[in-house]
Parts: sequence; C-alpha cells; structure tokens
Amino acid sequence: MAGTDDILIRMEQVEKYYGEFHALRNVNLHVRRGEKIVLCGPSGSGKSTLIRCINHLEPIRSGRIVVDGTELTDNPQAIDTIRREVGMVFQQFNLFPHMTVLENCMLAPMRVRKVSRADAEATARKFLDRVRIGNQAEKYPAQLSGGQQQRVAIARALCMEPIAMLFDEPTSALDPEMVKEVLDTMIGLANDGMTMICVTHEMGFARQVADRVIFMADGQIVEENEPEAFFRNPRHERTRAFLGEILAHH
Amino acid sequence: MIGPQELAFLGQGLMWTLALTAIGFTGGILFGFLVALARVSPIRWISALAAGWIALFQGTPLLMQLFVVYFGLPLLGLAPPAWGAVAVALTAHASAFLGEIWRGAIQAVPKGQSEAAHALGLDYRARMRDVILPQAMRLSLPATIGFLVQLLKGTSLAAIVGFIELTRAGQIVSNQTFRPLLVFGIVGLVYFALCWPLSLWGRRIESRLAAATAR
Amino acid sequence: MVQLDFGVVLERWPELAWGTLGTIWLALAGMTLALVIGIAGVAVLRGKSRIGHAIVRTFVEVIRNTPFLVQIFFIFFALPLAGIRLNPTATAILALGLNGGAYAVEIIRGGVDAIPQGQTEAGLALGLRPSEVFRFIIIKPALRSIYPSLVSQFIMLTLTTSIATSISAYELTSVAQRIDGDTFRTFEVYFTITVIYLGISWLMMLMFAAIARRAFAYPTR
Ligand SMILES: Nc1ncnc2c1ncn2[C@@H]1O[C@H](COP(=O)(O)OP(=O)(O)OP(=O)(O)O)[C@@H](O)[C@H]1O
Ligand SMILES: [Mg+2]
Repeated sequence: MAGTDDILIRMEQVEKYYGEFHALRNVNLHVRRGEKIVLCGPSGSGKSTLIRCINHLEPIRSGRIVVDGTELTDNPQAIDTIRREVGMVFQQFNLFPHMTVLENCMLAPMRVRKVSRADAEATARKFLDRVRIGNQAEKYPAQLSGGQQQRVAIARALCMEPIAMLFDEPTSALDPEMVKEVLDTMIGLANDGMTMICVTHEMGFARQVADRVIFMADGQIVEENEPEAFFRNPRHERTRAFLGEILAHH
Repeated sequence: MIGPQELAFLGQGLMWTLALTAIGFTGGILFGFLVALARVSPIRWISALAAGWIALFQGTPLLMQLFVVYFGLPLLGLAPPAWGAVAVALTAHASAFLGEIWRGAIQAVPKGQSEAAHALGLDYRARMRDVILPQAMRLSLPATIGFLVQLLKGTSLAAIVGFIELTRAGQIVSNQTFRPLLVFGIVGLVYFALCWPLSLWGRRIESRLAAATAR
Repeated sequence: MVQLDFGVVLERWPELAWGTLGTIWLALAGMTLALVIGIAGVAVLRGKSRIGHAIVRTFVEVIRNTPFLVQIFFIFFALPLAGIRLNPTATAILALGLNGGAYAVEIIRGGVDAIPQGQTEAGLALGLRPSEVFRFIIIKPALRSIYPSLVSQFIMLTLTTSIATSISAYELTSVAQRIDGDTFRTFEVYFTITVIYLGISWLMMLMFAAIARRAFAYPTR
C-alpha cells in the first residue's frame, strides 16, 4: 500500500510516558502528502516529544503511528524504514564535528542507502548548493556560523531524499541576524512541495507557509486551524494567552 | 597440595605486602607533600627540580626504580636490609606520584580563593595552610586512594628483586606444589580483596565530590 | 666508594638496541590490543546484553584490582592448560593488552559519555544503526576528548613491559638481566636501561602528539 495513501503520516490515539510523567495524551494527527504543519505551544507542552515519536527517537506507550504505509512498531526494520524516509533537523544542529560539511552529507547516503561515494558526493554538492553553502563544503562545522551550520543540517537531511521533514525549533539557537537565512531555506523547501512538520515560534513563517497551525498544551493538541483563522480568532483561552505572549515578544 | 603450611607462608608474604604498602604510602605522603609544595613554589628552580623528580619517576618503570635503589644504595656505602631498600624505592616513587596528584589539586582550587586570602592580608604560608591545602586535599582524595591501590599492587614487583612478599611467596609455593593456577588464583584473590574495597571507596568519594561541585 | 664501570655495559650496545626494539614492539602491540579491547568493551557496555555488561564490568574490576605481575603469571600458566601455546613475547603482549584494555574501557567510556546525546540522535534520525552511530559518529570525538588520559595510560603500559621479564619475554629488562649475569655490574646495567626507558617514554609522547595532530586535526569551538 506504500505510496498510494493520501495521508503520509498518521498518529492515532498516541500516549507517551516518560516514566510516570504523561507527556502525550491521546494525540491524533493526520498529515497529508505535501502538507506543511507548524506546531506551537508553551515550553514543556510536548512538541518535541510529538515529532520525536514519529521517527522513534522516543517509543510510545500505546496508539498507532503509520508513515507512508509503514506502521511504526518495535520492529527494527520498520524503524529503519521510517528513519530512512523521514529527515529531522534539530535545534542544536548536531553536525558531526569530525567530518567536513561534505562528509556530514555523504555519511548516511553511503552507509544507509548504500550509494556509491561518487553519487553521494554529487547529491551532497547539489543540496549544499541548494541551501547556498556549496562553497563551504570542505570546511568543518566549527568553522561555520550557526545559520550556516543549520543550513548544512538541512542539506544533510535532504541528501537522504526524504519524503517528509521534521524540524524541532530550527531557529531558536540562532543569533537573530541568522534566523532569516534558515527560514528562507525552509520556505524554499516548502515551495518545492516537501511535507513538513515544524516546531517553531516564528509566526511569520507559519503565516507564510503553513497549511495548518497546531497548538499544544500539557501533552494534548488543544486547537488546530488554518493560519489566518488560527491567528485571527483563536478559539481557546490557552491559545489566546499563548499568542498574546508570543506576539508581544516579536 | 596447598596445606596449612603453604597458607601460613602466603600469610607471611601478605604481612610484608601490607607493611611495604604502609611504609611506602606513609613516606610518600610526607615527601609527596614536599614535592607538591615545591612544584607550585613561585621560586623557579625549586619548582623545576620538583618537575624533574616527577618526570623521572613517571617516565621510568617502577621495576627499574626498585633495581636502581636496591643495588645503588650499597654503592653509596649504605647497607639497609632488603625491606629497607624496597621501602626507600617505594617511598620515592610514591612521593613523585602523590606530589603530582596534589599539585593538580592545588592548582584546581579556584584562583579566587587565593586572591581572596591575599586580600585578607594572609601571607603565603597562611594562604596555603588555611585556605588552599584543605580544599586541595578534599579534591585530591579520590586520586590519592587510587594511587594507594597502585602502590599496593606495585609492591608485588619487590618479588622480582627477590624480596618475599605475597607474590614472591606465591611463586615459591607454586614451584613447590606445581599448582600455579590455584596459587596465583589465591594470591590474585587476596590482592583483589584488599584493592577492590579501596577502589569502591575512592569512586564513592569521587561521585560525592562531583555531586557537590555540580550543585 | 665503589668504582663505577659503564664501559662493560655499553659495549653490549647491540643487545641493548635489540632489547629496546623488543620493548617498543611489546608496547605498541600491547597498546593496539588494549585499544581494541577498550573500544569493544565500551561498545558492549552501550549494548543491551546484561551478560555482556556483567562480563565487561567483572573483567575491568578484576584487572584493575590485581597486580600485573600476578596477571601475567596466571596467563602464562593458564594458556598451556587451555591448550594454547604462545611464546613468552606473545603471552606478554596478551597480558599487556588485557591489562591496558581494562583501563582503556574506563577511560574511553568517560569520553563516550561526554559526547552530547544530540550526536547519537542525529545519527539515528539519518537511519544509521546504533552500532554505526558508535563507529562513525561517537568514537572519534570521544577518543579525542580523553586522549591525554589515554596517552598517560599507554605510557604506563610502555613502562609495564619491563615486568614481562618475569616470564622471559624478549625486551630490555630481560636483556639487562642477562648482561648483569655476565658482568656483575648490576647498578650500571639498571641505571643505563633506566635512562633508555626514559628515552622510550619520551619517544612515545612524541609519537602520540604526532598521531593527535593527524587524527584530531578538525577544529572545535
Ligand atoms: N527524556 C525525558 N525524560 C523525562 N521527561 C522528559 C524527557 N523529555 C521531555 N520530558 C518532559 O516531557 C515534557 C514535554 O517535553 P518536550 O521536550 O516535548 O516539550 P516541548 O514542548 O518541546 O518544550 P520546549 O518548548 O521547551 O522545547 C516536559 O515536561 C519535559 O520535562
Ligand atoms: Mg522542544
């Protein structure tokens, strides 16, 4: 059935615990192919937890997660398949410090997809050019600015030619003057039709690219809507309070 | 077979192992203290001398140190008993290692401590004695215990110069009984029974210190 | 005062040179084995096998809390009983590797623990298996972070090779004992090789610095 379903990522009745702590409560989320979703909510509301469950960086207690027809279980093969197909970008970039930018981008295609070195390099250079950092390919991560590092991290994920991308606050660790270059890269990706789930508090970005904005609190999805409606008239008191705070800061 | 006689012989060896460790460690503490103070001395040549002493003992095998002292002392006209020569070598060895451990600890005490003591008008002696050293001793306790374990194991090398401590006693019993695995198994177990609790103790203090500094 | 005579010792320089090479060979082979055991041990400790954990932990504690001399005797007598015939030099390398390996496990584990969790997560998210994450992502930065401790441990291992004389492995100390037996210039012999050992440790330091310059050339913040 893979590839024929219009719903690319399905989360159904997902419950997640950290020990005793109930981190996700009855989460239901369907993401269509090509859909862009922005996930927001106060600190500790479970945004990171939600997207980390999708590629099994966190195991869930109960419920179902299906990505492109593959159901995520404890079966290592299912986990491998989904991780191969879903890219992730982290707040702290997490580039590998002992590899050049190019090597960072070639590692997974060569080891996971078994692509030849030459092909991996060609792909890596293509995506590095696309995030406009092709001229830094031979440098090491520590020699780049934060914004450049995050763009490399995006290119590294793209080199696996994923069917969906997960972003966990990709601009929160950046100096303000570097936020735009990363957001522009993400906007480009969105325009190319990538399926994306972005945890971010960049409301301008949400307005511009999101098909849906989802608000979480206390491990639950409280409210979801199209961006215009979401921002213009939030239905829940908690959403209103949250937006008030966010917008006051920006 | 390993009978009461053999066990008694091993027990005697064990007594010597413990005695050598105690002497070496006590001597090492006294002289190591001087080495550490010399190493952090503001006077250049004193600190260089201490650095050389440390490098010498950390750069050569303990076995050679034992040999050189053991056969060197008689050349100086000294004729200590065998255990005395071994004890001198172990003491010198320990003084270098403990000196280096404590130098590290002294320098790990935050600079502000020394500056604050300075500002209070304390002289060098008072700064060291009342402010720096007590903190350094606390910091260095895990490494000091770790070295005690090293030293206890190191006394076994006295066996190679022929001194009958636990390992040499084991060798002799092994040669008499033709049961090397059993004998060295027992000997190893005895060392383990002595060293392991010390190691655990050191590790406990270390994690307690780490928790205290994290707070 | 006794008259010292280094001449009769120094004229045996070809043997001393061969002994030096023997010591260096023991040290390098022992270090290599120790590094392999250290990395493998840490990999097992990161894995899920309970039995694996227990074996590595026991190995580390037993080795660290017993003297090398007892270990090398034990191995020397145990191998033939297990039907394994090794010459004294190979036996010494095995003993040195096991001993150094136990210390290396502890040291390298500290380095691995210091690598941020995000590195592992990034590797997993790219689809790498945990073993590949360890091999390609974790181990090199981990080794870099604990390199000074590992080097001290390996210098110790180099000096420990002298104990291999107790099973008559071919190295500097056993050569010294032979020269001593011929010349009765005991002090001069051991003084001379003490100086040689000092030179060997110094050489090892240079080697480790050169390795670090090549292997860990990448910049960090
Ligand atoms: N590994 C963990 N062990 C225990 N509790 C955890 C763990 N990770 C997260 N939590 C808890 O789960 C809750 C949700 O965490 P999560 O990181 O998903 O929040 P978040 O919405 O991403 O917050 P932030 O905006 O601060 O990143 C928090 O209360 C957090 O303390
Ligand atoms: Mg988060």
